[in-house]
Amino acid sequence: MLDIRDLSVSYGTIRAVRGISFTVGKGELVSLLGANGAGKSSTIKCIAGALKASGGSITLGGKDITSASPEQVVRAGLATVPETRDVFPDLTVAENLMLGAYIHRRDQAGNRENLERLHTLFPRLAERSHQPAGTLSGGEQQMLVIARALMSRPTVLLLDEPSLGLAPAIVERIFEMIETLKTSGLTILLVEQNVNQALAVADRAYVMRLGAIVTSGTANEIRATSDLSAHYLGG
Amino acid sequence: MAFAIQFVIDVLSLGGAYALMALGLVIIYGILRLVNFAYGELIMVAGYTMFLSSGSGLPWIVMAVLAVGMAVLFGILTDYVAFRPVRAKSVTAVLITSFAFSNLLQNAALLFISPRPRNVPLPDIFSQTVTIGGAITPVRNLITIAASIVLLAAVAFLMRKTTLGIAMRAAATNFTMARMLGVPANLIISSAFALSGFLAGVVGILWIGRIGTVVPGVGLEPLLVAFIATVIGGMRSLPGAVIGGFLLALIDTTLNYTLSQDLLKFRDAFTFSLVILILLWRPQGLIPGPASGQRT
Repeated sequence: MLDIRDLSVSYGTIRAVRGISFTVGKGELVSLLGANGAGKSSTIKCIAGALKASGGSITLGGKDITSASPEQVVRAGLATVPETRDVFPDLTVAENLMLGAYIHRRDQAGNRENLERLHTLFPRLAERSHQPAGTLSGGEQQMLVIARALMSRPTVLLLDEPSLGLAPAIVERIFEMIETLKTSGLTILLVEQNVNQALAVADRAYVMRLGAIVTSGTANEIRATSDLSAHYLGG
Repeated sequence: MAFAIQFVIDVLSLGGAYALMALGLVIIYGILRLVNFAYGELIMVAGYTMFLSSGSGLPWIVMAVLAVGMAVLFGILTDYVAFRPVRAKSVTAVLITSFAFSNLLQNAALLFISPRPRNVPLPDIFSQTVTIGGAITPVRNLITIAASIVLLAAVAFLMRKTTLGIAMRAAATNFTMARMLGVPANLIISSAFALSGFLAGVVGILWIGRIGTVVPGVGLEPLLVAFIATVIGGMRSLPGAVIGGFLLALIDTTLNYTLSQDLLKFRDAFTFSLVILILLWRPQGLIPGPASGQRT
């Protein structure tokens, strides 16, 4: 579904991502693990079109999206939830969700149906529909950003650190929700620092270190074979 | 009583014009974080369109629509000529290209038309006066008030109720995130320039209606006024720009009424002193504008 080949990302002379390759199959939940500065977020931003690749290719469902703009990427069926949890704080929850469906703005009936489905998945958002998004708690904002991404009816969802800075109880709920999404057949690429939680839901995982992929395999293989703490603690 | 009515009408008509000018500037600033220095020239374009079409025998209202249309066209042209080619490069580059485009348009007017003031056709109603509660007031002031109420309401509706408006507000807070939802960057920026040009065109007609003539530098004062009003109101807030415009008009009108003849020529010095005081009290402007997508 999502194919990354020899992808490189540079900031000036600094190479943040050094020719990595990985794939996410249809309906699969793949996790990208690694410590801060390993190049995970650069990879995500590059796939989303917010950052230019300096080399390599990205294909989505057979279509080359390497040099696509962010708006072309979402139209191709890939939605991104950035780690910065960017709600539009002055817009209401409903307006935020409406913008998520921007590419389907002519299909009002389909959007209403999708919104109803998301409201059952995230009841809190239904309750707070007319509240400015900036007044939501951190956990609610995270749910809003995920729901907003789903309003574009993606075939692939990129989740960048959805658990970052959230209370354990809320992290639990976010991961439950990720499992629900996976069950519904959505293809997901999950970037996490929370290794145990990520491996619990992931089919496969790749571990990044200093801009390169150092280990890959099924969740069980990763847990069994590699010394994860070494990669996280820089050992 | 007559005096009070006169004062209120003066503040509202000047404030309405100032508010529209400020709104046209802040719509661009909100999204691109950049002051469009070619904004005043959009007002000039509207004025010269009126002048050039004055011999055509068209009804005045058609000429006015044409003038606003040209301002919109030149607004969009500003985007294509001055902003789009260098947008991705650096803020400094865009600042310079907007200055350059402003100069280019002014010099084109100097070269191809004339450095001397040119008469702009105005309907009779612009020079008539009416008496309201004992106060004699030009009808054009009432037209300005009516036009600003209608336009402010229309812009508020556009920004709050339409998908395009909500997308523009979102893009003003976090442009990259808006694009990641599929909101096309170029459409949003061009729409902002078109809207800015539309406001400049209408303001141009109302503003030039006060003076009756157009010169190449006619846009300088509106640009300055719009800039100060947005600074007072908050550079990134649309309501702030409107409030800033009315506040500036209130200050100007009050000084006009209270300063003696000798001091009146220093009115701007008084105005700017007050602006400095306001900024010392509220450095972010009266309404700081949307938080830029920071986490709470």
